[in-house]
Amino acid sequence: MPGPVYIVGVGLTKVSRHFDKSLIDLFAEASLKALEEAGVEPRDLDAVVVGNMLANSLGSQDSLGALLATSIGARYKAAFHVKAACGSGGVAVYTGYSLVASGLADLVLVGGVEKMTDYPTPVITTALAQAGEAEYEVFYGASFAALNALMMRLYMEKYGVSRDEMSEWPVMMHANAEKNPYAQIRRRISREDVAKSRVVADPIRLLDSSPIGDGAAAVLLASENGLKKLGKKPDVLVEIAGVGLAVDTVELSNREELDAIPALRYAALQAYNMAGIEPKKLDVVEVHDAFTITGILSLEALGLAEKGKAAKLVAEGRFHPGDKPVANPSGGLKARGHPVGATGVYQVAEITMQLRGDFPGVKVEGAEYGLASNIGGDGSTITAIVLRRVR
Amino acid sequence: MAYRLSPARLWREKDSRYRLVGGMCRRCGRRFYPPRPVCPYCGSKSVERVELARQGVVETFAITYTVQEGFRDQAPIVYAIVKLDDGARVFAPLTDVEPEKVHTGMRVEAVVRRVRVDDDHGLIAYGIKFRPLRPAKSGQ
Repeated sequence: MPGPVYIVGVGLTKVSRHFDKSLIDLFAEASLKALEEAGVEPRDLDAVVVGNMLANSLGSQDSLGALLATSIGARYKAAFHVKAACGSGGVAVYTGYSLVASGLADLVLVGGVEKMTDYPTPVITTALAQAGEAEYEVFYGASFAALNALMMRLYMEKYGVSRDEMSEWPVMMHANAEKNPYAQIRRRISREDVAKSRVVADPIRLLDSSPIGDGAAAVLLASENGLKKLGKKPDVLVEIAGVGLAVDTVELSNREELDAIPALRYAALQAYNMAGIEPKKLDVVEVHDAFTITGILSLEALGLAEKGKAAKLVAEGRFHPGDKPVANPSGGLKARGHPVGATGVYQVAEITMQLRGDFPGVKVEGAEYGLASNIGGDGSTITAIVLRRVR
Repeated sequence: MAYRLSPARLWREKDSRYRLVGGMCRRCGRRFYPPRPVCPYCGSKSVERVELARQGVVETFAITYTVQEGFRDQAPIVYAIVKLDDGARVFAPLTDVEPEKVHTGMRVEAVVRRVRVDDDHGLIAYGIKFRPLRPAKSGQ
C-alpha cells in the first residue's frame, strides 16, 4: 500500500472569459493561493505537475512545466506537463499522487490551467475535436459534441428516457452553480429552456453542453514528511484515499459498449478498492458532465445508479443537494465551467473543500468521503479519485 | 488547427478508407474498424486484415451543426455508428439522405466519397460514407 498523500492547499480562479489574463496569470493565481493556504514557498516544492490540453494547439506553447513552474518561482525543481485531452487535470493529480506516494517527492503542486477564449468558437471546436481519433473520426470533421450525441441517442432510445428527463441534469447544475463564486454561469434555467435551446449535434442542445471558458485550479500534495514542512497546519486534514486510471479505445467504433463509459467502471473500482469503500459510502461526487449524457453515464459507471436509470433518478430528485451523495454541488462542467485541462483539478479542489467544510457554494454538511471523476475524450482516459477527511 | 492533410498520410490509410479494410481476430473471430495490431476485444496478436461487409444498419446517429473548420459548408452533417452485417462497427458520415429521414435501424451501404478539400494545398481527401440501401425492385 503506497504511503498516505494529503491535500494541504487548494486554489481556484473563477471560470470565465478572462480576456485580461494569460495562461501564466491564471496558473499563478490558483497556484499561489494553494501554496499560501499551507504556508509553503515555491522554492520548498519538490515538483510541479501541470495539466493542460490546448496550449499547444491554440496557444502555440509547449514546455509548460518549465514555463509555469518558473513563472511562480520554482526554478530548478522537477516540473512537467501531463496531457490527456479533457482528462488532463485528473491525470495530473494521479501523477502528482504517484510522485508523493512513491517517496520521490514530499511536496508536489498540481496545477490545471486552460486558456480557451482567445479564439472564435469554430477554432476551439476544431482543437477540442482532437480528443477523438484522428484518422477515423477527426478526419471526417466530427465535433466532440457529435461523438457524445451518438451515445446520447443510443441511451435515450434503448432505455426509453425522454428529453424532459434528460433536461433535469443541466437544470440541477445551474441551480447548484448559482451559489458558487467560482462558477462561470450563475443563473437558473428550466427544463423547457434546455429543450428549446439551439441544436448543437442532435440530440445534444446548447444547454446540454459545457461552456467554453478560461480557468486554473491547483492542489498542493504532501507526504507525511511533507506535513512537517508546512508553514501552516491545516485545520482539517484530507487525504487521497484511492486513485484509479483506466483507458478505452479512443475510437467509439471499437468500444465494448456505446451506452456506457466502461473505463470509468474500472477506474472507480481501483479507487474504491484502494480506499476500502463501497460507492454508498460517498457523501459527495464531482463527475465529468461535459454533456448531459456524460454526467448521466458517469453516475451509472460509478455504481451510484443502475444502468439506464440515472437520468430518471435525477429527474425524480435524486443526487440533488440534501441527498447522499450530492452530485456536482459546484455546478459541474455544465455551469461551474469546463476549462478542459484544468477541470480534473477543479473537481479535486472542490471535493477537498467539501470535506474541510469550507466550500463557498452548495455545502455537503459533515461529508467524510468524496470522489472526483474526470474523463478525457468521450470515455477514453479516465481517472477516479477518492478523498477522505482524516481529522 | 484542422486535421492537416498530407499525401503520405492519406496514402497510408487508403485500404481502410477506400475498401473498408478492417481487422479480424483469428482467436475470438470478431471484426473491427479501424484495424489495430492487436484485437481490441480479446487481446490476441493473431489479427488479419480483411475487407468488411459493406452493408449494415444505423445503430445511432447525430445531426451535427457545429462541425470543424473546413466542414462548415457541409453542415449539418449526419454522423453515424453503423453496425455492419459481419458485426464490425464503423463511424462515418451518412450521405444521399435528408437528415430528418434518418432513423436507427435504417439499412445502409458503404460508398467512397469526397470528404474535404484542403484549400491551402489543393489535396482532396476521400473516405467512407454510408447511403441508404434501397430495397431491390422486383422483376429486375
